[in-house]
Amino acid sequence: MHALRNIFSALIGLLAAVMSWPAVAEYGLNLTSGVTPISQEVHHLHMIIFYICVAIGVLVFGIMFYALLKHRKSRNHKAADFHENTTLEIFWTVIPLLILVGMAFPATRVLLDMADTKDSDLTIQVTGYQWKWKYDYLAEDISFFSNLSTPADEINNIAEKNPHYLREVDKPLVVPTGRKIRFLFTSDDVIHAWWVPDLGFKRDTIPGFINENWATIEKPGIYRGQCAELCGIHHGFMPIVVDARSPEDYDKWVQDTKASILAERELASKVWTKDELFAKGEEVYKRTCAACHQASGEGMPPMFPALKGSKVATGDINHHMDIVLHGINGTAMQGFAAQLNETEIAAVITYERNAWGNNVGDMVQPLDVKKRKDAPAP
Amino acid sequence: MSAIPDTHSHDLHADEHHDHGPAKGITRWIFTTNHKDIGTLYLWFSFIMFLFAGSLAMIIRAELFQPGQQLVDPNFFNQLTTMHGLIMVFGAVMPAFVGLANWLIPMMIGAPDMALPRMNNWSFWILPFAFGMLISTFFMEGGAPNFGWTAYAPLSSSTAFSPNSTDFFIFSVHMMGISSVMGAINVIVTIFNLRAPGMTLLKMPIFVWSWLITAFLLIAVMPVLAGAVTMLLTDRHFGTSFFHAAGGGDPVLYQHIFWFFGHPEVYIMILPAFGIISEIVPTFARKPLFGRTSMIYALSAIAFLSFIVWAHHMFTTGIPVTATLFFMYATMLIAVPTGVKVFNWISTLWRGCITFETPMLFALAFIVLFTIGGLSGLMLAIVPADFQYHDTYFVVAHFHYVLVPGAIFSIIAAAYYWLPKWTGHMYSETLGKIHFWLSAIAVNLVFFPMHFIGLAGMPRRIPDYALQFADFNKIISIGGFLFGAAQILFLYIVIHTIRGKSGKRATGPVWECAHGLEWTLPSPAPYHSFTTPPVVK
Repeated sequence: MHALRNIFSALIGLLAAVMSWPAVAEYGLNLTSGVTPISQEVHHLHMIIFYICVAIGVLVFGIMFYALLKHRKSRNHKAADFHENTTLEIFWTVIPLLILVGMAFPATRVLLDMADTKDSDLTIQVTGYQWKWKYDYLAEDISFFSNLSTPADEINNIAEKNPHYLREVDKPLVVPTGRKIRFLFTSDDVIHAWWVPDLGFKRDTIPGFINENWATIEKPGIYRGQCAELCGIHHGFMPIVVDARSPEDYDKWVQDTKASILAERELASKVWTKDELFAKGEEVYKRTCAACHQASGEGMPPMFPALKGSKVATGDINHHMDIVLHGINGTAMQGFAAQLNETEIAAVITYERNAWGNNVGDMVQPLDVKKRKDAPAP
Repeated sequence: MSAIPDTHSHDLHADEHHDHGPAKGITRWIFTTNHKDIGTLYLWFSFIMFLFAGSLAMIIRAELFQPGQQLVDPNFFNQLTTMHGLIMVFGAVMPAFVGLANWLIPMMIGAPDMALPRMNNWSFWILPFAFGMLISTFFMEGGAPNFGWTAYAPLSSSTAFSPNSTDFFIFSVHMMGISSVMGAINVIVTIFNLRAPGMTLLKMPIFVWSWLITAFLLIAVMPVLAGAVTMLLTDRHFGTSFFHAAGGGDPVLYQHIFWFFGHPEVYIMILPAFGIISEIVPTFARKPLFGRTSMIYALSAIAFLSFIVWAHHMFTTGIPVTATLFFMYATMLIAVPTGVKVFNWISTLWRGCITFETPMLFALAFIVLFTIGGLSGLMLAIVPADFQYHDTYFVVAHFHYVLVPGAIFSIIAAAYYWLPKWTGHMYSETLGKIHFWLSAIAVNLVFFPMHFIGLAGMPRRIPDYALQFADFNKIISIGGFLFGAAQILFLYIVIHTIRGKSGKRATGPVWECAHGLEWTLPSPAPYHSFTTPPVVK
């Protein structure tokens, strides 16, 4: 028994050493300790329960393997006949109960901390869409969509994959460090889940309901995550990138972003050439439309119809505009009036009417889109 | 394919002069009301479904072998994960346990047959049609259901988000539910009415006890599932808004109803396994089961707790903090009765006279690996940590540990343990041991690294992943292929045994130290057994 006990304690020591070895964390064997006070508490809690489970496992399996080694027929061990022992049975009912109570205390404390979203410095609303995220900075009048930016060629094994494959977006969520950020979560279509391991939590985004959580990020940096709740075909392709900056840099970013939103609005009143629209439209299409209708315009019928040669993309341009602006009820086609600005909508419609051999030859100006958008929905 | 080869019907006639043997040809299987025939049908059906759903898993693992889109598109990938889960749960594990119940319960309690033999026939024959319909959705326009076996609304409840085949999925779930409920009623009626004189409830074998409790769970929760999917159907086509916020409904309501079914369902898939292990371990430890009564109490406690822990599947949905605390504490409590069972098995081994035949090896692997799954379950109960673990491969690792080396190993152990009784032939011990070691090594190669990639941040149900998960996914896939191949060997071993090719005839008691009424019958068990009830002292 003595030798066995030594082996067990050596094993526990080894395990503890391995789990706390920094290289292991980098290689991705263990939960991250993250960059918020909460994520560190969660990590700490995780390690406590883990060690308790390992200790229970070592003890229970140790006794079991001892019996398997020593009490076997091939060693001529004679079977005993006992089949009850009330003291023992009470002992192994009560002891686990006490261990559980010991685990419940720290777990309850951390949980209550996590639920406390009071006194936040800023609020960001996160809205899940199939298959992208929308971020609204509630006090700042800043709002944008964040899409996967990994090129299709990398997914299709044509180009070499970059280090942030599937974990990169066109516009990351920029947040300040050192301020308490309250997140509100909701969804536009199905249930998604917003998860960045370094922030220490995940939350479901549920259509019609609002969930909340909070984070105070201690270290500037880029933190990556992705949708964690199956939300349809491209569930695996809606990453989250959080760009945490110092409060000064964040404030500067807020000013710059507001300025560029104004500049975008200016562009909408300019008259564009067809080539300009087509070029911009291709970029918008790849980012926003290609997930369903495919880069080739052939779609994935019957869920996602083809645009190549379709009645909509080659027919009445006003009807085409209405569908892009307002979507089609009861289908997966969303309305893009809130997701894209007028320039982008004009560009993508022009692109769809002239790409893949559609060659309708017409185009639509941002100002036309604005007019159509302001008119009552059909 | 018959478990009772015709060559033995001569022996039967010699033994019991008034006996009617099985009918000839295919009608034997279509019209049979014999519990042994129906047990055989269930077991073969579940084995076929196991291999089918397993081959879906092989495609999943091939796709995930390396990053990038390899073999299947993301839509088909989601169909694979959905159908793998549905078929494994409802087509492989549950029917296998019903098959074992059919074969064993009458023989264990000294009954001539199940109490409701015609209903027994019907409850089996619903299944091939239910699963035929479910599998046919692969060939429909838009493909098979692709929203996961849990079918969360609104992904499944709106025609905008899910394929038309969802309606066929709903109907086939209804059929499976009817089959399960009828099977459960049959088990309960048989146990309450057909026990041999002297077989009091507390004297019943633990396997029978575990099935009695499972049957009550089935009757309690299968109608709840039927209700949930019916609400999906009316939301899809009849204008209701149970789960649509825009119409005043609540998407999370679906999850509450589903998991009110789903958590007891988890125990439906593990309680009979506890029963099997409690039969096998004493036989090969040559010692009576330790703490028989506390085993029964533990089973009942687990069954009760299964009804008050469902929301631990939904911690991230934002249920109120007080409710979260209740479900966390209740979930942690399950560790106590489960611990009692594990400690009892180990005490049964303690100071025994242990041998390591194939069923025993699978049973021992069950105890160790199921406990690992139980411990990761305890970790998942801790809510703040669950906010990180939820919907990652850590969860996938957890439930595969309790289902594969848990439920499935117990079924395989049961097959090796009772196959000689059913067929009259011993299986090949060498091949059995090879099958065991291949399975035991492969199962850990598949599911252990899933803990790591889950903790490192890989969500479940994704067809492609970030580069840092590549190495472990490769190992997992290799383990998966090995595990799949090992089950083909199992198929070979079973057929080999049924045909009597291993050469050894089984004796009546089969094992040196097996206790129970089924071992008092000759091997193979006669087509009709205990037509005169035995007397239990």
